[in-house]
Amino acid sequence: MTSLRDRVALLAGRAAGAASRRLGRGGGTALPGLVAGAIAADLVRSLAASLPQGVVTVTGTNGKTTTAHLLAAILSEAGFQSLANRSGSNLERGLLATYVAAAGDSVDISESDLAIGVLEVDEAELPRLFPRLRPRVATFLNLFRDQLDRYGEVDSVADGWHAMLTDIDAGTTLVLNSDDPNVAELASQAPGPVITFGVDDHSVALSAADHASDARFCPNGNRFQYDAIYMGHVGDWHCDCCGRARPPPDVVARAVELGANGSRITIAIGETVIAVDLPLPGLYLVYNALAAAASAHALGVDPPVIARALAAATAPFGRQERFQIEGREARVLLAKNPAGLNQVLRTLAVSDQPLTVLAMLNDGIQDGQDVSWIYDADIELLAGHQLNLICSGDRADDFALRWMLAGIEPRSVLPVTEEALDAALAATPVGARLDLIATYTAMLDVRESLARRSGASSYWETPEQGAGR
Amino acid sequence: MNPSSCPALRIVSLYADVMNVYADRGNLIAIRNRAAERGIPIEVFDVSLGDELPPDADLVLIGGGQDREQHRIARELAAHGPRLREWVQADIAVLAVCGGFQLFGRWYRDQHGVIVPGVEIFDLTSVAPGPKAPRAVGDVVARSTVGAIGEVVGFENHAGRTYLGPTARAFATVEHGFGNNGVDGTEGAVSRNAIGTYLHGAVLPKNPAFLDHLLAIALTHRCGEPVALDPLSAPYAARAHASAVAVARRRSRT
Repeated sequence: MTSLRDRVALLAGRAAGAASRRLGRGGGTALPGLVAGAIAADLVRSLAASLPQGVVTVTGTNGKTTTAHLLAAILSEAGFQSLANRSGSNLERGLLATYVAAAGDSVDISESDLAIGVLEVDEAELPRLFPRLRPRVATFLNLFRDQLDRYGEVDSVADGWHAMLTDIDAGTTLVLNSDDPNVAELASQAPGPVITFGVDDHSVALSAADHASDARFCPNGNRFQYDAIYMGHVGDWHCDCCGRARPPPDVVARAVELGANGSRITIAIGETVIAVDLPLPGLYLVYNALAAAASAHALGVDPPVIARALAAATAPFGRQERFQIEGREARVLLAKNPAGLNQVLRTLAVSDQPLTVLAMLNDGIQDGQDVSWIYDADIELLAGHQLNLICSGDRADDFALRWMLAGIEPRSVLPVTEEALDAALAATPVGARLDLIATYTAMLDVRESLARRSGASSYWETPEQGAGR
Repeated sequence: MNPSSCPALRIVSLYADVMNVYADRGNLIAIRNRAAERGIPIEVFDVSLGDELPPDADLVLIGGGQDREQHRIARELAAHGPRLREWVQADIAVLAVCGGFQLFGRWYRDQHGVIVPGVEIFDLTSVAPGPKAPRAVGDVVARSTVGAIGEVVGFENHAGRTYLGPTARAFATVEHGFGNNGVDGTEGAVSRNAIGTYLHGAVLPKNPAFLDHLLAIALTHRCGEPVALDPLSAPYAARAHASAVAVARRRSRT
């Protein structure tokens, strides 16, 4: 039952969003959430409580949007009606905007008995939101260094999660990545059920660790040993000294075949084994698919339903999203921290075709004002590839220098998005693909332009979508 | 003397896998590139936990790490103190950044009041002001009087406040940014040819004059006679430097 104050808040939020969209502002996004939140301070709590099937939270440094998107797809295949903040708008105002949009004129989000919230939540915000959302399932993906000027150091985010879990409901199921020691360790705080996921195929392990590696020491100060490293510090880990080790995953990728356009995965979910042809490339997408499968499993979804939904998966907003423009395909690859960029680079490196890349680096608050992180990414992974590079963004010159130092000289450096996109499309042969690597605000910017050029819809025309970070 | 006729430069990279959180590995990436461009052969010695120092060095690098990591290396680093001080007395080049810079001072007091002894290359002390005080986070533009380094640009992100002792000299004067302590306008420190700084960015890639300064010092040590590097343009570095300075000035106005 929605209280009067909550109803007023939702209606006011809707009105604000509609007005903003009429004015053609790229808003209609955070504004409804801000307005609604200002009227009813604890709207998050009452709305989460009113969802008959509860709330799933998805958090971690990388893969939140994609995992929540894949999970929502699985859940709708299973008959749930999911409410999701689809575009990565994952602070409180973004969650509220989602509710405002979903509430509709009837201002009742819980019409369906099968309504469930699938909410990606910013990893640093989660400790504040967790007690109010009281999630039925809480999924933790990974913890990498990210925007140190904004989030602080990795250790402080991990400490926040641990503190938050000390007084959770015994009814909350934790879904944890076995392969990330920082995440797997959360099991020690769980009063309720835990479901773990991970990869068990050493053929896709790295021959050398990424340089940006974050959980290298166990709490006793000894170095973790790895039988396989899949990305960053994520892999088959153990500690020789204290006996801590990667817990055997409940939902596990037994075999992974990485292709340029997708992955073939054999996933064991308890006793059942499913084969999934995931139409999205990259090992990081395999992890997102596993996390979504494990979360769905926690909600009792049957494995064949999971397989069906994953095989039909599409790319979410700005994450491997594709556009057809002038006979070329443009693919947007969000990369906002070293681990994410490394995954994008590895995914590109799988291709044996010549690459055309538009690399865009912005330094807004949502990107991280410190661009140092580009030196943590292993851009050298693409050295030796046939690569046509254009650098753009507010810090195009910094990015150009970084690529140069990796032995890849850009053919041009064009800070202005439209000019860079013109040049990049011109440099892409007809029938070939242009890959756009972009930080968060650069992605929003270039996606807008791609959408316009391809005739797809603009992001702020979809009310529940908007800029979160 | 022609630098390419010197034996290979010996670069010691300290705890690069522990003190690595702010991407200071970019400094070594830039050194490798610049040395290759100038035809200077180099050898890199990685020294991490449990490792001994090599017998000699021409250039020592150390970067920034998280608090916990600083504690992790402090004891071993202090044990290397005598050799590191000997090297500095013999005029090798040193670049110590952020957490590494703090640990190259006399001591560092963390936010719990625990004193971590440093290696005493620089006459300075650093104090973490406690969780309530804001971290110093933002762009820095500073001017150095060391060699021909001139204007330096980078990004700082530190809790600790550093105070220079009576015999210490600042590396640079802050134009925009917080610097050592937000009060006296100093940035970093210099002791003989050792330089400490809070600047990330990474700092060397987009400050080519700073990079060349360190290379010349290291070569002079290696060759045993003064080495001056020929002028060599660095167009990408120069543009990245200029745009970073422009960003810092723009942000400092808002």
